[in-house]
Amino acid sequence: MAVKKFPVEYTHIMMFARSVGDENPIYHDEEYAKNTEVGGIIAPPTFTQASAQFDPDFFLRPKAGKPWLGSVKNPTGTPPKPKTEGEKKEGGGGGLHAEQHFEYHRPLRPGDVLSVTVKPGKKWEKEGKRSGKLKFSETISEYRDQKGELVVTARGVGVVTERVVEQK
Amino acid sequence: MPLSAKKLKVGDTHSEKVVEDLHRTQLVMYSGTSGDYNPLHSDEIFSTKVAGYPSVFAHGMLSMGLTGKMLTNYVGDGRLTRYGVRFSTQVWPGDDLTATATVEAIREEGGKHYVDLVISTRNQKDQEVINGYATARIDP
Repeated sequence: MAVKKFPVEYTHIMMFARSVGDENPIYHDEEYAKNTEVGGIIAPPTFTQASAQFDPDFFLRPKAGKPWLGSVKNPTGTPPKPKTEGEKKEGGGGGLHAEQHFEYHRPLRPGDVLSVTVKPGKKWEKEGKRSGKLKFSETISEYRDQKGELVVTARGVGVVTERVVEQK
Repeated sequence: MPLSAKKLKVGDTHSEKVVEDLHRTQLVMYSGTSGDYNPLHSDEIFSTKVAGYPSVFAHGMLSMGLTGKMLTNYVGDGRLTRYGVRFSTQVWPGDDLTATATVEAIREEGGKHYVDLVISTRNQKDQEVINGYATARIDP
């Protein structure tokens, strides 16, 4: 997922903060923010996750006129091909987010224009108690500002489970 | 108010209830702002009938965002230098989450002061949904 241009904007920060239930005025009130140590509105610590909005090909965003994974008249708009015997045994499962790590070099502010470079990291496997074989893979995303300076480094770990996670 | 190295000690904790009775609509809000429209988080029919889950469930990053609120309330705005988590249990509509930070170390590096924290977020059944760490710059 390469994102060439991720403009950090006031309204997006305000709405993102609301979506994580955070009413801290540092995320929406310019008057308040002016008189704080950071001196202006900043973005919450997990805000870079919203770079998906600026990835033209992000696969988990419905596109006009294209079939979509989610329900329509039927439970899914993209029915899977009939499963092979092996796949039937494996059952459901799918991709989940296992870990997320951030390193912050400075806070993000409205007006910043970020670019993101993504590189693959390690891959490993583990036997899970509740979801069968787990396949992990790491992605490292570097967020740079308009001056080319590194502002946030993000390391995500995704996991593909063999079957749906059993509930305790 | 930023934390101060003089006033902190290893083992100090800060805890907040970061969400109560998590609403499905909160998941829709998070899909809308983050851009992660995975139907597992907003489409009950897809999540139950196609994916085989008992209902929609929260984005891991929503739990991390909710936990982040506790963290920034504790260490102050713009003070975090590191924040990382593992998602250990899924979070469901109706869950209550309590996030806790525990001081693991207070240290000085290159003339600056830092606190290292261990993070744990638990649901109403006392199951850990997130475990992680954070580091923040603090005052002397």
